[in-house]
Amino acid sequence: MTEVIDAPPRARKPIKIENMVGIAVLAAASVWLVASLVKGPELFAQVLVIGLSNGAVFALIALGYTMVYGIIELINFAHGDLFMLGSVFSAIFLEEWLNQTRSGPSAWALLALTLVVVMTACALLNVVIEKLAYRRLRNAPKLAPLITAVGVSFVLQNIGIVLNGSAPHSRNRVLPDSGFFIGAVKIQYKYLTVLAITIPLLLFMTWIVQKTKVGKAMRATAQDRDASLLMGIDVDRVISFTFALGGALAGAAGTLIVQIDGNTRYDAGFRLGLIAFTAAVLGGVGNLPGAVLGGFLIGILQAVNDGAKLFPGQAWTQTVMFGVLITMIIFRPQGIFGTMQKEKV
Amino acid sequence: MNTFRERLAGLGRRRLILGAVAVMVALLLPHIPSSDAGFFSTFSPGNSNSILPIFTIVLCAVYALFALGLNVVVGFAGLLDLGYVAFFLVGAYVAAWLMSGFFYNVKFSFLSGAFKFDGQEQQGIHLTFWLVVIIAAVVAALVGVVIGAPTLRLKSDYLALVTLGFGEILPEVFRNAEPLTNGTKGIGPLDQIGTGPLAILPGFNKRIGPSDYIAKYYVILIFLAIFAFISVRLRDGKLGRAWMAIREDELAASLMGVPLMKTKLWSYAVGAMAGGVGGAFYATIVGTINVDSFTFQLSIIILCAVILGGMGNVWGAILGGTAITWVNYTGLIWVGRSFNSVAGTKVDLVKYQFGFFGLVLVLMMLFRPEGFIPAARSKAVKQSDEAARAAELAGGTP
Repeated sequence: MTEVIDAPPRARKPIKIENMVGIAVLAAASVWLVASLVKGPELFAQVLVIGLSNGAVFALIALGYTMVYGIIELINFAHGDLFMLGSVFSAIFLEEWLNQTRSGPSAWALLALTLVVVMTACALLNVVIEKLAYRRLRNAPKLAPLITAVGVSFVLQNIGIVLNGSAPHSRNRVLPDSGFFIGAVKIQYKYLTVLAITIPLLLFMTWIVQKTKVGKAMRATAQDRDASLLMGIDVDRVISFTFALGGALAGAAGTLIVQIDGNTRYDAGFRLGLIAFTAAVLGGVGNLPGAVLGGFLIGILQAVNDGAKLFPGQAWTQTVMFGVLITMIIFRPQGIFGTMQKEKV
Repeated sequence: MNTFRERLAGLGRRRLILGAVAVMVALLLPHIPSSDAGFFSTFSPGNSNSILPIFTIVLCAVYALFALGLNVVVGFAGLLDLGYVAFFLVGAYVAAWLMSGFFYNVKFSFLSGAFKFDGQEQQGIHLTFWLVVIIAAVVAALVGVVIGAPTLRLKSDYLALVTLGFGEILPEVFRNAEPLTNGTKGIGPLDQIGTGPLAILPGFNKRIGPSDYIAKYYVILIFLAIFAFISVRLRDGKLGRAWMAIREDELAASLMGVPLMKTKLWSYAVGAMAGGVGGAFYATIVGTINVDSFTFQLSIIILCAVILGGMGNVWGAILGGTAITWVNYTGLIWVGRSFNSVAGTKVDLVKYQFGFFGLVLVLMMLFRPEGFIPAARSKAVKQSDEAARAAELAGGTP
């Protein structure tokens, strides 16, 4: 679904000030990272582990953003809130319906069941949202679906408040807290589990998009909706399928984040969802492998910012994340390794 | 260009009467007599039974002002700004810095009334509110330009995200920059609004009393009127036409010689100004400024107001701002309570506040994207759109 059109070859332009600024920012960040690593190598490694597993979750969410953007060019503001609902669903299902509140042999099976149920629920929900709210506006001026998405995001947040309460709700983790040590770095099993679930999911996703027929239809629709229609592709169904896929991934991410953080909160969609969106932008919106890589990068960056030495810490998470987002959007809207996308007029 | 008089004559009798009625209602709103116990008791801000508490009326006017400001950006220029709360915040903090004892090392006052206790000047900076409002407007406009300058070349959806980002970053920076903002503890108390030369008239104090919300309502009404006037004049002038040209088709506008960056930046500056003024005023009525009150939700509520009223319509923005604010601060509570007392249920409608605003956005976009009072232009565009769609259907092209 990478909808990259190569720019025609042209004379190399002189380096612009913006590019210089961009490079300078990047250089400063790298120096900072290295300094932090030198100052506290163990802490840094510890933080890296957390960052990787958080990044896996962000990658799952970022894929949802990027797929939807790739196919209907809509920044789906509500996607983060779908993820939040996924986390709330999973906590309620696991704790209240299945009564599983601690780790143990049965926990694994029930967590797997929860994962499937929540993924299905979120996929369905996302399809319904698309049908009710976005489909009618597919050919409307761009502002309209964008505003609708913001509206849907608010509605979902409200559902989150009703189900979860307006304060963070602490939840029981069913993944073991234990882990093993590599040197002085503790690697908890929960982080490994998250990676063990996420990576196959990501591979499965790639397989669907790259190898299956419906994946081919998705890529075609992303490239040219009208032409796909003429080729006999049921565009509506393909778009529904895309939303279902994105929703399922958001559901998986929601289930996993509860196991990492041990709480659910109604505004998680806004906070973490937008971090995930930053990941999507980092990888180039519409670029699937980019979103995954962006997810891991941003996860590590967030963990480093929150935990490592020399970094500002949690009070500044939003600022750092949005700082990255804004810098990226202004200087490299095509993502860190994208080629310039031609704008559809 | 017509003169103002000619334009007034051209308005037609119906619109003139409508306008006069609107002005009368606006002026008399805080004086609606209370009929039965608490129903219309506009004079008691604390009375939760009231359907129209005076404090809500004042807030309605503040948000109407915000909606006017956002209307310039979203409605006139077609740039989706999801971080309008940033300008609100800037205005409020400018007022908090310049009208309180926060900078206790400094002793400076200017036209802010007698500020001496036991022959000693009070700590902090104390400027008169009327000067602070102007400063707040200018600072907010500058912030608007600073935010806007690097971002306005972006496509609409990216622009929305960047503004949203700034709307999130600014409160966080203010929360963390404790030496300047006192963090979450906030700044306060602020000085009351001075009456200036009016103080020599009988019945006027040197400053408006803390709970004299009626007087404060008239103060904000003045700003609202000024900004409505500015909006209308700008809309009909060269700048307004340039904004709308950009809104309809950026490429075409630039080919016609509209300077894109400059025009867009002006819309940001003008829109931000209303935010600054409203923010400064809001700071003086609540007395203490706390960073936690400037949330993303406020940006969306203001956007809701603009869309409800009709993007690009000045009167629509004012009415939308008023209606949405009433619902937000009083309507939901009041309707919920009335419903509960009749049906004997315990529904907490306030809990559904987010959902309500979200639904308003979704439903408006789906069924009435031009708003309840569509701007003349979008009405025309919509009609031509419908004609085009009909032609398309007749022609059979998808």
